[in-house]
Amino acid sequence: MFIINCPYCGEREQTEFKAGGEAHIVRPKQPTELSDDEWAEYLFMRKNIKGIQFERWIHIHGCRKWFNVVRDTSNDEIKAVYKMGEKPLIK
Amino acid sequence: MKNKYSFFTLLKNAFSYHENWGKAWRDPEPKKEYEAIIIGGGGHGLATAYYLAKKHNMRNIAVVEKGWIGGGNTGRNTTIIRSNYLWDASAGLYDHALKIWEGLSQELNYNVMFSQRGVMNLAHNLQDVRDLKRRTHANRLNGIDAIYLNTDEVKKFCPIINTSPDIRYPVLGGTLQRRAGTARHDAVAWGYARGADEMGVDIIQNCEVKGIKRNGNDVEGIETTKGFIKTKKIGVVAAGHSSVIASMAGLRLPLESKPLQALVSEPVKPIIDTVVMSNAVHAYVSQSDKGELVIGAGTDDYISYSQKGSHEIVEGTLSAILELYPIFSRMRMLRQWGGYC
Ligand SMILES: Cc1cc2nc3c(=O)[nH]c(=O)nc-3n(C[C@H](O)[C@H](O)[C@H](O)COP(=O)(O)OP(=O)(O)OC[C@H]3O[C@@H](n4cnc5c(N)ncnc54)[C@H](O)[C@@H]3O)c2cc1C
Ligand SMILES: [Zn+2]
Repeated sequence: MFIINCPYCGEREQTEFKAGGEAHIVRPKQPTELSDDEWAEYLFMRKNIKGIQFERWIHIHGCRKWFNVVRDTSNDEIKAVYKMGEKPLIK
Repeated sequence: MKNKYSFFTLLKNAFSYHENWGKAWRDPEPKKEYEAIIIGGGGHGLATAYYLAKKHNMRNIAVVEKGWIGGGNTGRNTTIIRSNYLWDASAGLYDHALKIWEGLSQELNYNVMFSQRGVMNLAHNLQDVRDLKRRTHANRLNGIDAIYLNTDEVKKFCPIINTSPDIRYPVLGGTLQRRAGTARHDAVAWGYARGADEMGVDIIQNCEVKGIKRNGNDVEGIETTKGFIKTKKIGVVAAGHSSVIASMAGLRLPLESKPLQALVSEPVKPIIDTVVMSNAVHAYVSQSDKGELVIGAGTDDYISYSQKGSHEIVEGTLSAILELYPIFSRMRMLRQWGGYC
């Protein structure tokens, strides 16, 4: 369990949030033109990184807003939090 | 087999206070090159090596393991074995495996303590009831033993379950697969390791894979903490670390690794002689031969390689367990741990 700093509400327990998986996966512009392989790539293929991962979380039991988190998946340490549409401060 | 285990070897070794048993497998240094290398010395990696050697006669192969064999998820699970899965493909795969389990101790000459004590899956809502009935029919069509139990039959099969209708997750019924059960998880890894080693497979522990050398569409070998090992074929059998290893070869996989937890209680006298699973509330219980309750919990929803999960997952599981088994209310839990699946 860890503390997440919601960009709208401040620090709250992780139990108030729900994880939404890898961030910055761009939705295909022309879904009708995608091949099966391209669909599979979009829907299923993931980095599943051990280390610094960019991911989405939602404050489901709070403000109900989505935002991004940069977290080290090897020890669950959160490095940064930023709003949807913003650029992370670390690369 | 060099070191065959039998009543006579047991007797013979008793005379020297069991101090002279030979090693169950060698501890070789890696050769320069292998025909194939399996990355990951869990149950699956060791079984892969065993059957490659036995069925496909590949003897010049190695299993490389970063820690000790069976120290990953293989040594962390709640040891439940069953084959009552819904889809034809899953039923085929899991029942094939269950049939292997039924003869495994004999085949490996190693007691894997396979115990067909039955696995019961509980239904807690109308959808569960429909799903479990459908699964029972599907299992039977696939020749897999399955029966559906109503609430009274559940109570009769496992009397300590609270079947009163006014609990938060009432027991509306359940399924039972009698051929299912448990086994000793370490023994599976050790038994396969011993069998594979006997056929010449090198099992190399404390050897972490750090990189995979590629040449176009071919692989040339693996970079490890024990140096470079040449090979043209690699099998990645690293469970939650599969993506990490695949990425060394520039591959992506459709996987996410999430923490899954379990815990055991202090040992008590026999109280539950089967395995009871409640998927709806993520509460799985059985009792080990030592007497500990072995409790499986749910997964967290975020990716993590930390090998620990959230406290609230365990809390949720235990509150469900307490309601379903009020008799456990004063049990003390001894250990809790996580794996990554
Ligand atoms: C809490 C828990 C409960 C479970 N309960 C059940 C159950 O009741 N029934 C059931 O059927 N299944 C259960 N499972 C799932 C089951 O344990 C796993 O599916 C199974 O053990 C996986 O075996 P494996 O050999 O594929 O992986 P593992 O046993 O995890 O082996 C993978 C090995 O790869 C090694 N490795 C990783 N990276 C490297 C590297 N870079 N170099 C070298 N080696 C590396 C690891 O050290 C590890 O030993 C449970 C899992 C958990 C965590
Ligand atoms: Zn918020």
